Amino acid sequence: MINKKIVLKFPPSLVDQPIICKLVKDFDLEFNILKAYVTPDEEGLLVIELKGKDKNYNEGIEYLKSKGIIIQTLKQRIMKNDEKCVHCGVCISVCPTKALLMDIDTMKVEFIEDDCIACEHCILACPVGAMEATF
Amino acid sequence: MGKTIQEINEKIKSGKAVVVTAEEMIEIVRKKGESRAVKEVDVVTTGTFGPMCSSGAYFNIGPRKPTIKIGGGKCYLNDVPAYAGYAALDVLIGATALPEDDPKNKYYPGRFRYGGGHVIEDLVAGKDVHLKVEAYGTDCYPGKELDEFINIKNLRNAILYNPRNSYQNYNVAVNLSDKVIYTYLGVLRPRMGNANYSSAGQLSPLLNDPFYKTIGIGTRIFLGGGVGYISWYGTQHNPDVERTERGVPKRPAGTIAVIGDLKQMSPEYLKGASITGYGASLYVGMGIPIPILDEEMAFYTSVSDVDIYAPVVDYSRAYPQGTGEIIKEVTYKELRSGEIKICGKGIPTGSLASYYMARKIANELKKWIEEGKFLLTEPVERLPGWEKEVKIIR
Repeated sequence: MINKKIVLKFPPSLVDQPIICKLVKDFDLEFNILKAYVTPDEEGLLVIELKGKDKNYNEGIEYLKSKGIIIQTLKQRIMKNDEKCVHCGVCISVCPTKALLMDIDTMKVEFIEDDCIACEHCILACPVGAMEATF
Repeated sequence: MGKTIQEINEKIKSGKAVVVTAEEMIEIVRKKGESRAVKEVDVVTTGTFGPMCSSGAYFNIGPRKPTIKIGGGKCYLNDVPAYAGYAALDVLIGATALPEDDPKNKYYPGRFRYGGGHVIEDLVAGKDVHLKVEAYGTDCYPGKELDEFINIKNLRNAILYNPRNSYQNYNVAVNLSDKVIYTYLGVLRPRMGNANYSSAGQLSPLLNDPFYKTIGIGTRIFLGGGVGYISWYGTQHNPDVERTERGVPKRPAGTIAVIGDLKQMSPEYLKGASITGYGASLYVGMGIPIPILDEEMAFYTSVSDVDIYAPVVDYSRAYPQGTGEIIKEVTYKELRSGEIKICGKGIPTGSLASYYMARKIANELKKWIEEGKFLLTEPVERLPGWEKEVKIIR
């Protein structure tokens, strides 16, 4: 049995197709939608928890890929609370991807969310609880 | 051609004093030299903002009916134990105190989310704080318990008192072992994965007056957003460490004990800290003005991060075992660049003290002096180490 939280990115051409319905009927998978976001002319984004037998799960994933859907495992989202941050910079030395940087002019800590891999090292390092994890 | 503190104060009162921060002074002295700097600058302001565990607050809760004597009993503030060994209504809370039910490092590494430092921050922020007292009762103080909320505005007195703050220099911590360690200098990754330090360097008060020529007992300072005073030399004050040719200590050296009215202070400059695997603490913001009395003081206050060296110490072995071994000396300029090099390996650096806040404090103090709200003081008594013979090498 596999139970995973995954992020699906749909190309615009697939947004109107009953993809998830197929996962249930053809592959006997259970799903729980955590987040869904679709805009016309843009890709759709769906965060789901998908559960089923290993074989079914893998076949279901293959089916999604064959349709051109991009699949990623769900990462936690890390946020920096600017009201709490004192800009000490102790988070910078533990960040493996340099997503936390010191702006050498302002001497303030900047967080580049796109570079964050949600390892959470900064959360343990921050003395004032300014780094927070959300889903 | 020297100046006196009295003369500088006259200029401050008439709004004519020239005040610059320790950061700005570096350029002024570099461009114009010490003799012109003395003529042009009257005061240099410094600042520092870092976790300072040797901090605490004491207060008097005011009279109660029936009377109660906390002294000799037990006292808790938001479940954090406070010291109850004084008279009837005086209580002391230290920054590192923890609730009795805090798991501490039992679930390693502990998170220490709320301790004495957080109580002090909450008090300063004007939040109601839960007070619980168990007393034994006497004929003159029959009361045996209190269970109520207190607020700083209703306390008779509230005073911040810190036995050791504003370390003149400090270690840079690395970890040579194969596992992550959790220290008061932060999380240290194995095999020198990072290097952490904690000093405002060129903005730091005692590094701008390395022989305590103007900073002494009685000096009026910026403390936690309010006005405070240096009450004594700090515990562990040690002026007799190795110094550079400029007289700047290369090891942790001088410290000061400070005191001030907590009621005037602000939570922006007093912040509870939770140091993973280590404990609770208090971020303290402090700034000290340095009168530019002569060329010597102009020279000292022009110190920059390239002139200040700190020792790199292994916190997995050398520090806990007290071996005194030092891996290397690095400058604050290197530390501030984001990476130091040890044996060819680039090691990312992080600071526990906030340079941003140190700069903000130096600027705030500068504003106070420019507005004539803050006058300088002559030390009442000197800090040990001030009598050192100094030969300035430029």
